[in-house]
This record gives sequence, structure tokens and C-alpha cells, in this order.
Amino acid sequence: MASGVKPRVKVPKKAAAGDTVTIKTLISHKMESGQRKDSDGNVIPRSIINRFTCEFNGENVVDITLEPAISTNPYFEFEAVVPEAGAFKFTWYDDDGSVYEETKEIAIG
Amino acid sequence: MELTRRNAILLGASALLVAGLPIHATASTDDAIAAFTGGAEVGEGDITLTAPEIAENGNTVPIEVSSETAVEIMVLATGNPTPAVATFKFGKLAASRSASTRIRLAGTQDVVAIAKLEDGSFVQATSAVKVTIGGCGG
Amino acid sequence: MKILTGALLATVLTASFVSADPVDDTLILNEDITLVTRTAAPAHLSDAFDEVMSGWLFRGTETRAMQADDFDNPGMIFVEKAQESWDTVEGTEGKSCASCHDGMESMAGVKPTYPKWNEEAGEMRTLQMQVNACRTERMGAEAWGYDKGPAINMEAALSSVSRGLPMNVAIDGPAQSTWEMGKELYYTRTGQLELSCANCHEDNYGKMIRADHLSQGQINGFPVYRLKNTKLNGSHSRFKGCIRDTRAETYKPGSAEFIALELYVASRGNGLSVEGPSVRN
Repeated sequence: MASGVKPRVKVPKKAAAGDTVTIKTLISHKMESGQRKDSDGNVIPRSIINRFTCEFNGENVVDITLEPAISTNPYFEFEAVVPEAGAFKFTWYDDDGSVYEETKEIAIG
Repeated sequence: MELTRRNAILLGASALLVAGLPIHATASTDDAIAAFTGGAEVGEGDITLTAPEIAENGNTVPIEVSSETAVEIMVLATGNPTPAVATFKFGKLAASRSASTRIRLAGTQDVVAIAKLEDGSFVQATSAVKVTIGGCGG
Repeated sequence: MKILTGALLATVLTASFVSADPVDDTLILNEDITLVTRTAAPAHLSDAFDEVMSGWLFRGTETRAMQADDFDNPGMIFVEKAQESWDTVEGTEGKSCASCHDGMESMAGVKPTYPKWNEEAGEMRTLQMQVNACRTERMGAEAWGYDKGPAINMEAALSSVSRGLPMNVAIDGPAQSTWEMGKELYYTRTGQLELSCANCHEDNYGKMIRADHLSQGQINGFPVYRLKNTKLNGSHSRFKGCIRDTRAETYKPGSAEFIALELYVASRGNGLSVEGPSVRN
């Protein structure tokens, strides 16, 4: 697992059924592009988050493929429909096989 | 050409235009588009790409893609060593077909967003982004 | 003719850039706290400036927006990391920062007063030095390297709880001699380019330096998350970078010279809100 990787998400705690909510996500990650060289002139191998998904109660919201051109500490903002109370599940997939997950409950009210 | 003041200014201005022209799409950009569209024709229409006209630093450039009917949007940075940036697939619970992120641009160039719409057609939007050089050695 | 065209082209280029003047905008943090980014210059600066301005006013729309929301501000990632080390027991005494200080919020009001004279130790201390004094003397833990990850993260976290409070470093009494030394350094030309801090940040702020805007060089926003290197940067590291760019041998972060310079530059921004961690290019 790449070191110091920490996901953050911002989701409202409450929504009315059928409401649209704005979701922001950020994960601390170097996103080493594979284009850089170290001081000895050797290429630093690519090491990035290559996929990010958001689901709500098992239904897909977004599924994003990331390439090395995504900035350090990948940031995404998008909108989801909340049909009922439940949980958003966020998953980040690392090149090294690590999977980082975060869950946020949302209540109807 | 006789160098009059007017000519010199015109010359200067045209030199600026040439220098300011975005880099043309490279073969790898064309390949990425072809892989995404399966060779289908790409038109204009229901896709908006929002990017700054001038980015303060190419390492972190905020962009937004937005469409009414896209099922999938691919973003390419045509002047990067590898043009692929990201592909957004919108699921059943996506409230809008829009998303924002922050991207890396190797220099001044065109950023392209290509959307696959619900009807199976493809549309694209392009934004020219100038990437500035910092004050003191970056 | 080539030369003439070149000169004219340069004129066209220069003219095509919009003014590098500070923007007319208000920094509202998290749609809640309005920060002071422009205020009357402190008395000691009255000969040089009428008004002091935060570097935030010299940045582009997108960069300014990034700082206005804690979620959008990537610097806050490092604040969260520091929050973890705040609660972590380290060293021979079995203590964490929280053992003595409770929550991080209890430190609101500390950052604006640093660098600050420490009577007991008889020395001028930056906030990082104070943190290290706590670590070595109270916790029995090792000191953190100056401007290194853990230290700069903690400085950012301590700054974050003081955002909105005015910078207010003391420059008289026991601080005076250090302050005078910092002032001397500020106006001393260094390097092959023979530039002082003042040549750029006092004489020429609001102008372009290559494609960038010259600010007043205020440090109320430090530590700074830079888009360029995507991490937090300390004021001493920034000083080092500036002096290096004059093609001079530089002082080290944590050196007596940079402690003095930090005090002096901080005092030039007395009255501006604490902003750190800010976002700059």
C-alpha cells in the first residue's frame, strides 16, 4: 500500500427522498505519473489510483478511470440522486492492488 | 516587405498568433479518440468542457465536464506525453452527467472532452488552456 | 528588422497581459468567516505602504476558490495528518500534545503571535521551535526537522484554528533586536542578481515577473499549499527559494537569520488575517 493514503469525502448528512446531493471526494495520493526521473536519471515507476467508483445502496453513481494526468491528491465532484435512506460507498483502486474504501450514511428527512 | 510601423505591428501580432496556436492533435490523441468511439463520427452538441483560459500552474488545473445525455465522457490533454486524462461513466443514480476534477497539463494546449450520448452518438468540446511559467524559475 | 520585430513583439506580449494588480475580491472561508486580506499598513511600514495585502489577492480565480473551502483546499489533508499526531503519545514521558493542551481548537490565537520571545529560554522562537521545545522538554520525544513534513503539518494545523484572527507579532522590548536584524536582511541585496526582498515585494508588487504576479510577499498565509509541488511549504523554505533565485548562497530553514526574517516579514503583515494553510501557485 502506498504510504499516507487517506480518503476524504463530503456528503450531506440528510436529504429528502429523490433529492440531488453534491458529493466531493479527495484522496491523498502522490499519483506518480511514470514520466518523472529521479536524481540518477532513472524513470520513477508509475504508481497511481487508476479507478474510482461511487455507489449508493449497491447502485452505481459514477465509475471513473484515472490516468497519470490526474493531479496529486485526486479530487472529484459530482451529483447523486438519493432515492431512499442508505449509504454511499466510495472505492479507490491503486496500481499496487490496494483498495481504499469509505462509507457515508445519509438519512431521509 | 517594407518595414513600416503598421507592418511591424502586424508582423508581431501574427507571430503571436502562431506562437499562441495550440499544438495540433497528435497521432496518439487520434488513436485514443478512435478507441473510444470505435471510429464513429464525432460531432458537436451536448457536451460542455469548462477549463481556465490561463492556468496558474500546470500541475493542478481545475476542469469540469457537463452534458444532459452523456453516458460516458472521456477527457484528453492533447499536448501531454500521454493524452489520456480520465473517463467518467455515469450510473443510474448520477443526478447529472457532470463532474469536476483537477488535472496535469504539460504546457499550453487544447483539452478535449468527448461524450458518448444515450443515442449512441459522439460529440466533442475543446478548450484551449494557457499554462503560465512561474515567476522565479517556476 | 528582426530585432525591431522582436522588440515590438515583446511590447505586444506585455500589453496583451492584463494588469497584475491585486483583485477586488473578498475571502470568505467555508461561507462563514470573512478574512481580512487588505488592511491599513502597520505603523512601522507607513513609509513604504499605505495598505498591506494578502498574496491571495494576487492569485487567479480558481486558486482563490480552492482556498475558500476547507474541502477544496488540499492543504487541509496535511492538517488532518497533524491532528492525528496531536493525539499520538510519543516519547519517554508518555504524553501527546493533547495531554497538556486538550483539543487543537484550544490553540486558537497562538499562531498570530509567532515568532515570539520566550523569556525562560531567553530566545526568539518560531512556532515550529515552540512545538519542538514541547516535544523535547515535555514529551521526551525527538525534535522534528525544520520545515519537514510533521513540523510543517503541525504548523499548518495550529494556523488553521487561528484563521480569521489578525497577525499580531510583537516587535518591541526583547523582540526588537531580532526584528532589526530581520529588517536589515529584508533590505540587503543578495546574490549575483543583487536583489533584496524589498526590490521585488515592496518596490514592484502588482507587476508581472515573467508570467507571474508579484505580491507583497506577506506570510500570513503560511504554511502554503503550492500547486507547483503539491505539498505544504514553510516560510523559511520560501525565503530560501527566493534567495537562491537571486543566485546567492542561502541560509538554512531554522537558522538565526531566517528566524529574524520571519519575525520581520510577519510584522509587515500585522493586521492581516491568519490564512494558513493557504493555496498559492
